[in-house]
Amino acid sequence: MSGETPSRLAYLHDLDYSVVQQCMHCGMCLPSCPTYLETKLERNSPRGRIALMRAIADGRMEVTKEFGDEMYYCLGCLACTTACPAGVNYPELFEYARAEVEHQDVLFTPERRFWRWLTLRQLFAKPWLLHLAGRMLWLYQASGLCGLIRRAGLLRLLPVNLRELEPSTPRVERRFSCELIAPVEAPRGEKRHRVGMLTGCVQDLVFASVNRDTVEVLRENGCEVVTPRHQGCCGSLQAHNGDLEQAREQARRLIDQFAVEEVDAIITNAAGCGSHLKHFGNLLADDPDYTVKAKKWDAKVRDISQWLVEIGFRAPRAPENETEPVKATYHEACHLCHGQGISRQPREVLRAVPGLDLVELDNATHCCGSAGVYNITQPEQAGKLQREKVEAITATGASVVATANPGCHLQIENGVAGTVTVRHPVSLLAEAYRREDGS
Amino acid sequence: MQKLSASFVEELRNIAGEESVLTRAEDLIPYGFDGTAAMREEATCVVLPRSTGAAADVVRHAVAHGVPVVTRGSGTGLSGGSLPVPGGIVLCLVHLDRILEIDTANLTALCECGVITKAIDDAIAPHGLFYPPDPGSMKISTIGGNVANNSGGLRGLKYGVTRDYVMGLEVILPSGEVAWLGSKCVKDVAGYSLKDLFVGSEGTLGIITKVLLKLIPRPEAKRTLLATYDSMQAAARTVSKIIENRIIPSTLEFLDRKTCQCVEDFAHVGLPTEAEAIVLIETDGHETVVPAEAEAMARIAEENGALSVERARDEEHAVMLATARRSAFAALARIRPTTILEDVTVPRSRLADMVAFIEETAEKYQLEIATFGHFGDGNVHPTVLTDETNGEEMDRVHRAFSDIFDKTIELDGTITGEHGVGLAKKPYLDRQFGAASYALLGQVKEALDPGNLLNPGKIFEAKPAEAVA
Repeated sequence: MSGETPSRLAYLHDLDYSVVQQCMHCGMCLPSCPTYLETKLERNSPRGRIALMRAIADGRMEVTKEFGDEMYYCLGCLACTTACPAGVNYPELFEYARAEVEHQDVLFTPERRFWRWLTLRQLFAKPWLLHLAGRMLWLYQASGLCGLIRRAGLLRLLPVNLRELEPSTPRVERRFSCELIAPVEAPRGEKRHRVGMLTGCVQDLVFASVNRDTVEVLRENGCEVVTPRHQGCCGSLQAHNGDLEQAREQARRLIDQFAVEEVDAIITNAAGCGSHLKHFGNLLADDPDYTVKAKKWDAKVRDISQWLVEIGFRAPRAPENETEPVKATYHEACHLCHGQGISRQPREVLRAVPGLDLVELDNATHCCGSAGVYNITQPEQAGKLQREKVEAITATGASVVATANPGCHLQIENGVAGTVTVRHPVSLLAEAYRREDGS
Repeated sequence: MQKLSASFVEELRNIAGEESVLTRAEDLIPYGFDGTAAMREEATCVVLPRSTGAAADVVRHAVAHGVPVVTRGSGTGLSGGSLPVPGGIVLCLVHLDRILEIDTANLTALCECGVITKAIDDAIAPHGLFYPPDPGSMKISTIGGNVANNSGGLRGLKYGVTRDYVMGLEVILPSGEVAWLGSKCVKDVAGYSLKDLFVGSEGTLGIITKVLLKLIPRPEAKRTLLATYDSMQAAARTVSKIIENRIIPSTLEFLDRKTCQCVEDFAHVGLPTEAEAIVLIETDGHETVVPAEAEAMARIAEENGALSVERARDEEHAVMLATARRSAFAALARIRPTTILEDVTVPRSRLADMVAFIEETAEKYQLEIATFGHFGDGNVHPTVLTDETNGEEMDRVHRAFSDIFDKTIELDGTITGEHGVGLAKKPYLDRQFGAASYALLGQVKEALDPGNLLNPGKIFEAKPAEAVA
């Protein structure tokens, strides 16, 4: 390639053209796409977006701000991937397209650049910094400072979009995963497997107890659990937001922390991470030092419910004194059902919990609007999806909704406002094991 | 590219609303195609009116300025019929999407043209009613598009096609006038059956905005079978025997081995991938008749060389099998970059000959062709798996299809059973029509659309539009 046509189209051109060509624009994706259903405009549909990507790859269209906006209007929920009979690799197209948008900087504003730098390159790139920020947030929330500031009206100093978000800031847990989980934990009873445990970033700060429950459940099922300290973000946040370079960096760092050869599986309990973690092979395909390692890694990654069903997990015994059954329903995280094709296993886990009466949720696979940081970047569309989800949950009459992704967890929790309890399926299972002992 | 004048576009915005007129490249590129492979045309302007009145005003305005109008629904057509016309506007009617009336006394439904086909059946099912036509894209295709293409589906053999359910239509004429054609009466012979002229007219005569549909009682029982064969001829024998035994199943679908493999790869419903042909058989109707018919058909299949006959476990399994079949066309896209689908149709008794000829043709031109389709009504979908960027191979593809069309006509068939002519089959239409009937097309077009502004150049080449200032 000549010097004067530099990497203008590098990212979409890097992509094997056959991935774009795979879309035969039959339209089967349209009814699955939340943004198309909202506007009924082709550009807001999967095949429309792919048509734009193809136009860029063909040199028929420039990468414009409009294109950038479109790529960020897409939730990345991947419902189209499930709907697509032709097997288009939309996740890859979507990540490359966002990377292209960032590469060309068509959405540039000083604030946007600052926030991207702070989150993608600092907070979620440096585990110690994220922990520090987490501590400070915990202090802010636990000390009462938070209430004081709210009462004093100091939040007015924040820009409006952040101010609106402040009340929905997740509660940070007092203790993070490294304080709750030992580097190596022995199984209860006979050792049948040795697994690595991913603690994640948001999960680590906000749902460290879900991580603890995951370890408990693994131990109950003959797994020795190895948990490297201070793992940090897996890079899915960066990859989904157009920073593939940083995502690669974090993938390498994560791989280095695990002795992949020495474990039977690497366990994640966050859907958004899992669907990213299973594709390090593609992400690092051009890195000769990591190509082989990344492929081995991919083959080992399992979502917790997937792993439990695979090894034939033990159903908890019903406690002696029967209690009133609890009605529960299950919301499928997009990156579990569409991203990883895992639908059956979490339900199997839930059905095994004694005293839990599982009822199906209408449109269980529809996105709740969380979609990574979508609820921050596109609050209107995210809010609409959240309302639809909450209505469906309310209609079931369930008092518990289970879901296996921190983003969905927070989004639904904010939506149901205390009327329904949100739990990770693995926490419900862990609790059932604990109840066996009468505790 | 011919550009539309700024004042013309400005007036469109006044009529349809600012938000409803698209002119930016990012908005237009996704309207440059429909569901047809390897066909693209740049759109100049897309208008998405919110009411029939606005749509009529758009048509009047366009015609007054000599601007062509291409009507579009969800853009799932398979003959390029809704591809934009250079210098024209695309009139996309997806927002006209209300079901206006379900008349349970007269068994009819009145829908706006943009209602999704499956949404109609979903809405009437609680009333115990049924709308049988089920094109492969029914989850997203619009009823207006179905009527404009006279779409078929899996149930054609027993229940017929879209035309058999259209009792009335509202259409916008090129003058901008809105005409109502037909009635709720089962018997209605007042004047020419004008509605029938518009069914299958592919947007070339008028713009369908409302559809009055005939509904029938919902069958209470259904049984689904899956039979496998070591040859298409053996499968065809079963089909003939079933019909000879005076059983008319609601579905008789076949898939060849390659199609089966692709579908299974997508849908994971446990289709056998080793057999040369599989036949999906469904019968529906009264609870006392259906099980007996299903057993009779299973026996006929077994007696006529089926390798295996499997019965669907339950309703869910049956739906899974039918849904998997519906995905056949798109699932075939897994193999090669470009998937070109045809839909030649022959009298049922000639179907095995047709399939054999397709196999020979694939061999002759060294092409990969998968075949599936509707055994019951003779409608075959030979699907070429190719690469549109390979000119030499595409040349062979065109020659192969040309041969297949000739053979179809020789077998008293038709070059398109349910997809329409559009652009894709336009070059072959005159082979099927005699000179007199081909000329008739032009006469009808000229009578209704003298300016040749409604979807010009589709189906056949009408006389060029007169220049209007």
